[in-house]
Amino acid sequence: MFAYTIRRILMLIPVLIGMTIITFSIVHLIPGNPAQVILGENATEEQVEALEESMGLNEPYIVQYGLYVKDLLQGDLGTSLKTKSEISSEIWPYIAATFELTFFAMLFAVFIGVNAGIISAWRQNSWFDFLAMLFALVGVSMPIFWLALMEQWLFAQELGWFPAYGRQDSKDPIAAITHFYVLDSFIHLDFPRVITSLKHLVLPSIALGTIPMAIIARMTRSSMLEVMKSDYIRTVRAKGAGQFLVVYKHALRNALIPVITVIGLQTGVLLGGAILTETIFSWPGIGRYVFDAISFRDYPVIQSGILIIAFIFVIINLIVDLLYSAIDPRIKY
Amino acid sequence: MKLNLKFSFLLTLMLAFILVLAACSGDGSANPDDGEDQDQTEDDNTDDTTDEGEDDASDEEQILVFARGGDSESLDNPSTTDGESSRVTKQIFESLLNFDKESFELTPGLAHDWESNDEGTVYTFYLEEGVTFHDGTPFNAEAVKINFERWADPEHKYAFTEEGYTYPIYGTLFGGYKGDEGHVIEEVNVIDEHTVEFVLNRPLGYFLQNMGMQYFAITSPAALEEYGPTINENPVGTGPFKFVSWSKDDSIVLEKFEDYRIEGLPKLDQVIFQVIPDNAARLIALRSGDIDIMDGLNPDDAAGVESDENLDLYTRAANNFGYLGMNVSKAPLDNKLVRQAINHAVNREAIAEALYAGYAIPATNPLPPGYLGYNDELEGYEYDPDRAKELLAEAGYEGGLEIDLWTMPVARPYMPDPETVAEIIQNDLAQVGITANIVREEWAPYLEKTANGEQELFMLGWSGTNGDPDYFLGSLLHGDSIGGGNRSFYSNDQVNELLDQAKVSIDQEERAELYKEAQRLILEDSPMVTLVHSTPVLAARNTVKNYVPHPSTSESLAEVELSN
Repeated sequence: MFAYTIRRILMLIPVLIGMTIITFSIVHLIPGNPAQVILGENATEEQVEALEESMGLNEPYIVQYGLYVKDLLQGDLGTSLKTKSEISSEIWPYIAATFELTFFAMLFAVFIGVNAGIISAWRQNSWFDFLAMLFALVGVSMPIFWLALMEQWLFAQELGWFPAYGRQDSKDPIAAITHFYVLDSFIHLDFPRVITSLKHLVLPSIALGTIPMAIIARMTRSSMLEVMKSDYIRTVRAKGAGQFLVVYKHALRNALIPVITVIGLQTGVLLGGAILTETIFSWPGIGRYVFDAISFRDYPVIQSGILIIAFIFVIINLIVDLLYSAIDPRIKY
Repeated sequence: MKLNLKFSFLLTLMLAFILVLAACSGDGSANPDDGEDQDQTEDDNTDDTTDEGEDDASDEEQILVFARGGDSESLDNPSTTDGESSRVTKQIFESLLNFDKESFELTPGLAHDWESNDEGTVYTFYLEEGVTFHDGTPFNAEAVKINFERWADPEHKYAFTEEGYTYPIYGTLFGGYKGDEGHVIEEVNVIDEHTVEFVLNRPLGYFLQNMGMQYFAITSPAALEEYGPTINENPVGTGPFKFVSWSKDDSIVLEKFEDYRIEGLPKLDQVIFQVIPDNAARLIALRSGDIDIMDGLNPDDAAGVESDENLDLYTRAANNFGYLGMNVSKAPLDNKLVRQAINHAVNREAIAEALYAGYAIPATNPLPPGYLGYNDELEGYEYDPDRAKELLAEAGYEGGLEIDLWTMPVARPYMPDPETVAEIIQNDLAQVGITANIVREEWAPYLEKTANGEQELFMLGWSGTNGDPDYFLGSLLHGDSIGGGNRSFYSNDQVNELLDQAKVSIDQEERAELYKEAQRLILEDSPMVTLVHSTPVLAARNTVKNYVPHPSTSESLAEVELSN
C-alpha cells in the first residue's frame, strides 16, 4: 500500500510536465496577437509594441516555455496582466470559494443521491423507485442556468428565504482567514455570520449538486441491484438478517466502489470551476477567474489557472484510487 | 449490533465526504505561503470593515449597493483603460478639473481656477487649499507634479514599469511619454504650495478636457511610497469616499470620507460595488431589494422596469457610435458614388429598433450628439433604396456588385450583437443589388487585418474618453491615423488641415466651427456609414435620489442619497 502510494505520487511528475506543455501550447494557439486584444480597438501601434515587449512575447516559444517552467519551480505562478498582482497570492480566495461550494454541493449530491439510490434498489419497482428515477432523469438533463434562475426567482425574489448572489452579505463582510467563509466565521465564533454564509451556499449548492446527485442516485441504484442479486446476500438473508442490515451493512459496502469512482470524477469536475453556477450566483470561484482571464487573454492566469485545475483533478483521482482499498480490503496493491 | 451498523453506514458516507476534504488540504499544503500572505493583507482591510459594520448596525446607515457585470481591473486608474475601474476610482480620487453631471463641460475640481497664456502653451492651475488625502497627508502642487511625472516618465520611481505598469491613456492623450517626439507636456512646475504650472511644447486644443478625466486623478504620494506596486489594491485619494476592502470578483466597499473638502458631502455612509455577472440575476437582485442600482440593463428588460413602481429607469447619454466602415483604398469603394449608395441603402432606424429596443439614436456624424462642434445642421443619408440604385447605376454598377462584409466577433457597447447587424446590412444591401459576403475573423486578427487594409466593408465603433471631438474625428478620419484608428484609409487634405488646426487651437468656438466643417466634408465623402449611438440603460430602486448617469460611465455618487 505504502509502496503503491509512493509509486503513484512519482507517476504524477511526468503528468505534471505534460500538463505544463499542454497549458503553455494551448495559450499560444489562441489566434492573434494578445497585446492587440488586451488593448482593443482604441490602441495605437506604439502601445501594442510596448506591451508585447513587456510581456516577453518577442522571445521564441522555447525560451518563453523555459522561463515559465523555471518560475513555476520557484513557486512563482506569474503576474496577472490584468490586475498586475501575483497570481499565487491572488488565486487562493478563488480556489477556496470553489472548494467551499463544491464541498456543499457534493454533500447535498452524495447524501440525497446515495440514499435515493439505495431506497430505489431496496424497493425496486415501487412508486418511490419510479419517482426517484424519474427525478434523477430530469436532474441529469436539467439545464443548470435555468434551474439556477428559477431558484433565484422563487427563493430569493418571491419568498426571500435565501440570498440570490455572492458568498457573504457585502454590507457586513467576513474577515477572511482561510477564505472558507463558513470556517472563518466559526473561527471567529461568529454564529450569525455562520448562518449567513450557509444561507448563501444553499441555492448554488443545489444548482451545482443536482446533476451529480442524479448521476450518483442512478449509479447507486444499479450497483446495489447487482450486488443484491449475488450469492452472499442470499446467504446473509438465509442467516435471518433484517432487510435494513442486509442493505446498509452487507450490500452497500460492495456496491460503493463504482459510486466512489463517480463521486470522485464529479468532485473533480466541480472543482474545475462550475462557470455557469458561479456566474449566475456571482460566486467568485476559480471557473470565473479562468474564464475572465480567457476573454482578456491574460496568458499567465490562463496557464496557471488551468494547471492548478488539472493538478486538482489528478490529485482527486489519486485519492479515489487509494480509497478503493480502504473501502474494499480485498483490493490490494 | 444495531449501533455498530449505524456507525458503519455513517462511516461509509463520511468517507465520501473526506474525499472532498482531503482534496482541499491537498492543495492547501501545496502553496501554504501564498495563502497566508494573501490572508494577512486582506485581513487588515476587512478587519476595519467589520468594526465599522458593527457600529453601523445601531443607527440608520445609508448604504448603497451598485451592481455591475464585471470587477475592476485595478484601483490605480491611470494604469488601466478599464471603465469598471474608473467607476470606482471616481468615488475615491479627484482630478484637477471635473466634468459637468451630464456632459463633458468642464467644472472646477481640485483646481478652483485655471488660466493659460495666449498661445496656449502655459497653463496655471490654482488648487483648493486645506484639502487632505484619505491618509491625512496634504494635497498640494507637489502632489500634482509627482503624479504627472509618474505617468510621463517610465523611469520614475513610482512608474513601476518593472511590475508591468503602463499608462496607455496618458500616452494617447498627451502624445506619448517623456522623451517622445510627440509628447506635449514639457514640464510641470510647482509655483507655490497651491499653484501648479504646466508648460507645453505646443498648444493642444483639448488639454483642459484631458484634465477633467478620471484617468488623470491625483493619488497621494505618501501612499505611492508606502504601497509601491500594490497601489492598485490600496487607493488613497482626496475623493468623497475612502477605500475599505476589496474581495476580488465579489465586492468593493467604500466608506464616507469625513474630512471631504465639500461640506455636507457625501450623503451616503457606504458605497458597495457588487459584481453580479449575469444580467438576469442582477435584475432579480434589484427587484428583491438586495441592490440599489444596476448597470447594464438589457434593453429588452427596460419596459418591465418602467412598469414596476418600485424601480426607476435611467439612460446614459450617448458617448460612442457604431459604424460600417468602407475601405476607400479598394475598388469599388474608391468610388464616392458607390459609398453614398451604400449609405442610402442601410436602414439605421431598423437597426436601432431591432437591437437596442429603441435605446439608440441613428447616427448622422462620426461624433456623439452633445459634443463640442457636433454638426446638427447636417441631414445625413436617408434610407432610400431607390436613390441608392440610381447612384450605383451612375457609378456604372447597374448589374449590381459583390463585396466582402467583415463582421466583428465580439460584442461592444456600440454593437451588442454584431452578427445580427451584419445580417440586417447584408439584407439591406441585397435590396439594391449588392451581394455582401460576410467574413468572420477572431478579434485580434480582425483588428490587425483591418488596420492593414485587407477588408472592404467592415464593422467597428469607437467610444469616447475625454469628451473631445478630436478623440473621434482625429483618431478615425485623419490621414495620419491610417494604420491606427483610421481603418477606412480615408485621407482628405482639406479635412486633415481642418483637424490639424482644431487640434492646436485653444479657442473652443473656433474649434467648434472647424469640426463642423470637417463633418460636412466627411459626410459628403462618405467613408463610413455611421450606424447608431447607443444610450445604455440602467435601473435603480425608487429609493435612490439624485443619481445622474454620466456619459463617460463613471459618475460621482457624492450627492446620491437613499430615502425610505
